[in-house]
Amino acid sequence: MYGTGIIKGLGITMKNLVLPTRQFNIHQYPNRKASPADLAKLEEKNTISFLFSNPIRSARALVGLETIEERLPQHARFRGEEFAWYDQRCTGCASCAKYCPLGIIKIVTDTSGVNLQEGQSYDIETFDIDIGRCMFCGLCVEACPYDALHMGSGFEEGTYRRSELVIDVERLRKADKKPSTWFRPQLTDKSYDPIKGSEANWDEVGRHEKPTGDQQRDRWAKR
Amino acid sequence: MNHFPGFVDFYTFYELSLKIFQYFGFGDNAQWMSYLTAGVIISFIVINVMILSTAFYTWFERRVLGRFQVRRGPNRNGPFGIFQPFADVLKLIMKEDTIPSEADRPVFTLAPIALVAPTLLIMTVIPMGENSFLGSLNIGILFIVGVTSVNSIAIFMAGWGSRNKYAILGSMRGAAMLISYEIPMALGITSVLLMSGSLAMTQIANSQDIWFIVVMPLGFFVFMAAATAEISRTPFDQIEAESELGSGYNTEFSGIKFAILFLAEFMAPIVTAAVVATLFLGGTKGFDPIPGQIWFALKMFVVIFVLLWFRATWPRLRVDQIMGFAWKGLFGLGIFNIFIVAIEIMIFKTEDGTIGTSNMLIMSGINWIIAIVTLLGLMRIYGHKKLERPTPVPSPLANMGLEVD
Amino acid sequence: MTGIRTEPITINLGPQHPSTHGVFRLRVTFDGEEIIDAEPVFGYLHRGTEKLAETRNYVQIVTLTDRMDYLASMSNNLAYVRTVEKLADIEVPERAQYIRVISAELQRIASHLMATGFLLNDLGALATPLVYCFRERERILDLFEMLCGARITLSYMRPGGVFQDAPEDFWPSLDSLIGDLPHYFDELESLITSNEIVLARTKNVGLLTDEQAIDNSMSGPNLRASGVKWDLRKADPYEIYDRVKFEVPIGAIGDTFDRYLVRILEMRESVKIIEQCLEQIESGPIRANTPFFIRPPAGEAYAAVEGPKGELGFYMVSDGGVAPYRCKVRAPSFINLTPLRDMLKGWKMGDLIIIFGSIDIVLGEVDR
Ligand code: SF4
Ligand code: SF4
Repeated sequence: MYGTGIIKGLGITMKNLVLPTRQFNIHQYPNRKASPADLAKLEEKNTISFLFSNPIRSARALVGLETIEERLPQHARFRGEEFAWYDQRCTGCASCAKYCPLGIIKIVTDTSGVNLQEGQSYDIETFDIDIGRCMFCGLCVEACPYDALHMGSGFEEGTYRRSELVIDVERLRKADKKPSTWFRPQLTDKSYDPIKGSEANWDEVGRHEKPTGDQQRDRWAKR
Repeated sequence: MNHFPGFVDFYTFYELSLKIFQYFGFGDNAQWMSYLTAGVIISFIVINVMILSTAFYTWFERRVLGRFQVRRGPNRNGPFGIFQPFADVLKLIMKEDTIPSEADRPVFTLAPIALVAPTLLIMTVIPMGENSFLGSLNIGILFIVGVTSVNSIAIFMAGWGSRNKYAILGSMRGAAMLISYEIPMALGITSVLLMSGSLAMTQIANSQDIWFIVVMPLGFFVFMAAATAEISRTPFDQIEAESELGSGYNTEFSGIKFAILFLAEFMAPIVTAAVVATLFLGGTKGFDPIPGQIWFALKMFVVIFVLLWFRATWPRLRVDQIMGFAWKGLFGLGIFNIFIVAIEIMIFKTEDGTIGTSNMLIMSGINWIIAIVTLLGLMRIYGHKKLERPTPVPSPLANMGLEVD
Repeated sequence: MTGIRTEPITINLGPQHPSTHGVFRLRVTFDGEEIIDAEPVFGYLHRGTEKLAETRNYVQIVTLTDRMDYLASMSNNLAYVRTVEKLADIEVPERAQYIRVISAELQRIASHLMATGFLLNDLGALATPLVYCFRERERILDLFEMLCGARITLSYMRPGGVFQDAPEDFWPSLDSLIGDLPHYFDELESLITSNEIVLARTKNVGLLTDEQAIDNSMSGPNLRASGVKWDLRKADPYEIYDRVKFEVPIGAIGDTFDRYLVRILEMRESVKIIEQCLEQIESGPIRANTPFFIRPPAGEAYAAVEGPKGELGFYMVSDGGVAPYRCKVRAPSFINLTPLRDMLKGWKMGDLIIIFGSIDIVLGEVDR
């Protein structure tokens, strides 16, 4: 019958207003307002005892002044900024630079003047990634044959100048090494989670386990 | 019904200042001077109270709309984002106040004021206690009807003055729509007048032993629909159809002028809620432990919430459909409602011209039945025509070998 | 007699306008509120995708296709990699095909949700249905984040398969989403489909007859809304679409309401397709053994998929090198705009917005 549709619509919006299960799963980033109950949970007390022990904070929480730091939930495979690059693994082969569709990776290597021995690699003088132009496609990561370059897991690289968005080699060396598991099944197998977990060392992120001393000796012996 | 003692109105200030001026020995001059003083004080109070409440209303509206849309709404400034409107206004004031070079400057500049003034004026005659701010004006409702018509001129000024095609389209729609909807609104009001037998707002509120929304639902429906259109809210928000016209009549406004336009726009629901509460929801009437002012505020709150609810749910109608609804639907319903109410009053009126409570109950019974039957009938008639959908048949032009499955 | 004279006014709708869904410009001539002429002007978002493709190798182009129809990256990826596979004769493992179909169908749902939401927004519903649509779409984007670490510009597919298998936690999330989606659609429909205001605004508005639609080589939901039963997934089954059962919903008369309804029905069909895929999928390899730099033999290939907006096709010419010699995109959004002028004439300002909105274009694809 005519007219029932608009009334039904009113019902739907009201249902969405009151039903907590239908709320949008919004995560207030970077921090959200905390109720006394949230604060109590944080301090591992029950709400009542928190109310009595911390009356000032509870009062502030009730008028909405207390906040809890919160991070956006993201999957371990999230392709973030802040590339995780391992100096120790990188050979300076520049596959990543060649494979980047935008050509925004600049690599300058140096042979260090001495004749290289097996197991040594070039010195990397420049390793600039212009993340101001990067589209986080991850092709460079896919290209890296030595698992030296990984996507990062952060997303807070905002700066006031474009030039500051060029990540140079020093910054890459110092950056938090929290590689995303994107295109790195070996990390997934270890159920590594860059968001919750700690920093990953260079010898943990490879496609293979680091050979033990015996294995290494075996290998040399076979040669 | 108990009111807070000492509700201020014009005459409170008038007498106070008269006493002061006479004490200082102004003699003959005291009278006009105290008129002036009282006027200034009362305008100061009305303007500031309204601006503040509008500020909080904008916050409330954004929060509630946010909840309807399963969002959060403003929650950053102050507890629960309550200082958001102040931040907004501060930002708008600091923005550059541009006037297009082709604009008609005086008209363009006056438009916001012309829009906000009538809205404020209405508030002076709403009886929020025993009295309204202007004492009890004995033609209160007439005053409201007269003053709201200025709106259409103001909107047209804004559109015309800014010399913008979107703005002129918006204000043309506005002028047509506001003028059309004044008629159903007046018809809705007329039925109230018939029932209460007075033009004074206080009298109307006091005569509602049973709320008029109960006595004449049809009148309420007509009035509410027309009022929604008058303040240009969904589903009738043609004046500023942001998905069609950019921003309608206020496209060219910026800075403080835009703030004032917005003030007027957001003040309108509050004022409408106050009028509806007085005309149909029994004004300050309620039961006793709670004072009348609180009752009034509660009723306003309910009306505002319902308006918001509509806004959150319904899309808008097209401009010709809106006009059609006014003239073909509401106009007829309004006349019909007046007709019914008039007949009933003729039957039930007592010697002294009033209608007893029991008679009002009988009337409301009859009116509800009539309203439901009418509305259902109309729904039926319109419904069958509009809801039909032919069963889809694949076009013979190109069925491209898909019949196989 | 000098009577009252009216003059048509010309309005530039866009390139900056809330309802042109991007930077699109319509030069409309109004007689009062009525449209007497409309001329679309586009190219404001032209980025030269086709030319850029000539200087990229075959894997790098995947990232370019993401940015064409940014609401349906998966479908773009799929269309592109299918062309390369045809060109270079690459066999795709079965599991990869299933994953591709699942993700493409998820993308179709996401895209149609956006179309519906924005149509309602254009109708003036103050974003409520839009946000409800976003809420469901958000869950799909979360799934995409699990699959490939990004939410919009996915670059998930590679010539020869997909670049990485879905993680463990993807499948239970997908299951629960599939369970919830029909309820979402029900809710959405009871909010919109029977709403009399929507009906009054959309019924019989912006008619497009089947003949017109075919003449203008429309495709996708717009074509089906006009009653033409044409769906590439049925007419030329690619991937594993011949192994799943689904209906092709069509509209009755081809008005705005039909275009809306066909999208809703299609989303329901997509859910069915995903359900069947989940039953059939088996473990196995997910990527054919392709070199980094694919060098297809000289030749040409055209492959198309049924994207959310219509038939999305890529035509590529190879000269045997690492980069294509020529790449041409058949962009459904662009071609669906062809009958716009005919559809608009005689309608009112408010109708313009919803007719335009119901065609559901994405400017990134129109201008490429
Ligand atoms: S993520 Fe893509 S664009 Fe960014 S550096 Fe790597 S290859 Fe280049
Ligand atoms: S990061 Fe990887 S691909 Fe790039 S130079 Fe180093 S080893 Fe080569």
